[in-house]
Amino acid sequence: MELLRFATGGSVDDGKSTLIGRLLYDSKQIFQDQLEAVQRTSVARGDEYVNLALLTDGLRAEREQGITIDVAYRYFSTPKRRFIIADTPGHTQHTRNMVTGCSTADLVLLLIDARAGATEQTRRHAMIASLLGIRHLVLCVNKMDLVGYSKERFEEIRDDFIGFSERLQVYDLTCIPISALAGDNVVDRSSEMPWYGGLSLLDHLETVHIASDRNLIDLRFPVQLVIRPISNEHHDFRGYAGNIASGVLEVGDEVVALPSGFSSHVVSIDGPDGPLQEAFPPESVVVRLEDDLDISRGDMLCRPNNRPNVGQDVSAMICWMAERPLRAGSTFAIKQTTRWARALVRSLQYRLDVNALHHDSRASELELNDIGRIHLRTTAPLFYDEYRDNRETGSFVLVDEQTNATVAAGMLRRPTG
Amino acid sequence: MAHRLSHLDTLASEAIHIIREVVAEFERPALLFSGGKDSAVLLHLAVKACWPQRVPFPIVHVDTGHNFPEVLEYRDQQVAELGVRLVVGSVQEDIDRGSIVEQPVPGATRNRLQTFTLLRVLEENRYDAVFGGGRRDEEKARAKERVFSLRDEFGQWDPRAQRPELWDLYNTRHQPGEHFRVFPLSNWTELDIWQYVDEQNLALPAIYFAHKRAVFRRSGMLLAVGPWTQPRDGVASEQAFETTVRYRTVGDMTCTAAVESTASTPFEIILETAVTRVSERGATRADDRFSDAAMEDRKREGYF
Repeated sequence: MELLRFATGGSVDDGKSTLIGRLLYDSKQIFQDQLEAVQRTSVARGDEYVNLALLTDGLRAEREQGITIDVAYRYFSTPKRRFIIADTPGHTQHTRNMVTGCSTADLVLLLIDARAGATEQTRRHAMIASLLGIRHLVLCVNKMDLVGYSKERFEEIRDDFIGFSERLQVYDLTCIPISALAGDNVVDRSSEMPWYGGLSLLDHLETVHIASDRNLIDLRFPVQLVIRPISNEHHDFRGYAGNIASGVLEVGDEVVALPSGFSSHVVSIDGPDGPLQEAFPPESVVVRLEDDLDISRGDMLCRPNNRPNVGQDVSAMICWMAERPLRAGSTFAIKQTTRWARALVRSLQYRLDVNALHHDSRASELELNDIGRIHLRTTAPLFYDEYRDNRETGSFVLVDEQTNATVAAGMLRRPTG
Repeated sequence: MAHRLSHLDTLASEAIHIIREVVAEFERPALLFSGGKDSAVLLHLAVKACWPQRVPFPIVHVDTGHNFPEVLEYRDQQVAELGVRLVVGSVQEDIDRGSIVEQPVPGATRNRLQTFTLLRVLEENRYDAVFGGGRRDEEKARAKERVFSLRDEFGQWDPRAQRPELWDLYNTRHQPGEHFRVFPLSNWTELDIWQYVDEQNLALPAIYFAHKRAVFRRSGMLLAVGPWTQPRDGVASEQAFETTVRYRTVGDMTCTAAVESTASTPFEIILETAVTRVSERGATRADDRFSDAAMEDRKREGYF
């Protein structure tokens, strides 16, 4: 069975939690006792109907305020696929949660209230999904029951959104009219909207083609751990443990180790369940080489004629996640693949106005939840690819060296000469 | 050949990656082992992550003194087989020392008391990263927990001040005195665990499989008649009877209930789990029944 990870986005009252509650409930993933607990709470709060949002709002403060604060992960499966949902809050100040949810997602599901149409928040989330390299976007026009299941209203919202998304990098956009509350077009096709000829949301999630999203071309193997057992049985064992970030690695392949540049051949690959002839992402393996090279954590194996960019001066888009604004001249710890280094922010190129998709190059700082383009100088070379081509080797985080807080998510760009 | 991993292989590779990150970036890791199925799967994955080395960190068992004998037997057998070091934190010893006070009623649960013992063991051994078998599908408060979850010097969790966790780039930096709880099985469900147990042919404590046991009903749950839990005299609904049961979770004997079942192999349990309508914590854990936020409150205090 294949795993599909998706994140949800949209404005505060667009009904995300209700939709997820509905998906879990209709696909029979909600257990009786969980539903009864929600029913009890709904009655106690005086809600008119069973509030499915209570299934996902897990923290006390969330239930009290009726809002979702943090990314919640939910799980369900159908006979066709196993799903992981990153349910992200819709509050403007929590844009960092959308970035977090998208960072591991294959697909993003955006909700729009059919009465309100796309809001600033919807567009912001679509932009973030595009920035985070999400290939598949599903636009659910929700609360169709409240607009009389109107075909015209759905098409108006859809066309408006398509117009906006033309300026983003969206490879695959699907629009579905739904009612999360009534269950229309969520699991089963709705009889209320015979004019809609597409799949229900769940059918779409079960069948959307994601296998080609991975990069199986450019071999990148960041060394996570060098395994050298101190025992007589494995006296000469020297293995490099890690996950295949991209590409396919086969026994016998010639590989180059970075930064040393020395090459060798793959003698063996061991996966979690034993020896393998070849390995591909995201498998955890131990690789042994013919020659004893000086390789340590943070180094990278690749092919002699297909290497990542190597550099200390890099350009990136970042989402700033700290209260204290980012200014040029600050230094941070940076983690990229399995490597830590220090990084100096040399310059802020521009702040992205996510509503107008306009570059504000006069900005002198990035505030919490701002997105912008920066130049970094790192203390050690990074082995990286452009984020669009390779999520694994194109992403990084910045960490505040005083507080140890994670303050930025970064996506590397191609070197600019 | 299709270059696709099954969902179980994907989850296993993710867990191994997390375990190796800890081995690479922390000085004093440990693995919290209850003898339950989640910690059994976790230990099994730790063996794979370190292969062909032995697991280089100790396993920690917080012993409430109210154990199922089958679970202790299983623990000792795993320790001997894998050659790992076992560290036991005894709740009874902390009670005897007067560090914690047990409620003066027969069969009182020690579930809440074990947090003290756990934090004491972590502090005495200066562990900086502790693996737990927690899964996000278990409970609503767990659904919001990070894979690398930072605890302050009092072992407390602040759900509103969690670091964003992006891609698989885990921020392991921390101040002296702080430690991380690390959950490699975050994205697994109960069904995934059983499928993996079945696929890998993992040994588990015998109480997970159908067996005959004397039980009685209390608050809709089936509790074993044993040294710490007895039907109360004069309570008509608490008649003891013998039936075929199994356990879905393993915890303190005073607050872990059985379910009626004839499933005697992982495969039969998968079939049962796939159609069951009650969550495992709802069916079997009296400790989560106190309030909507019972788990959140215990986690804030430092519970796993």
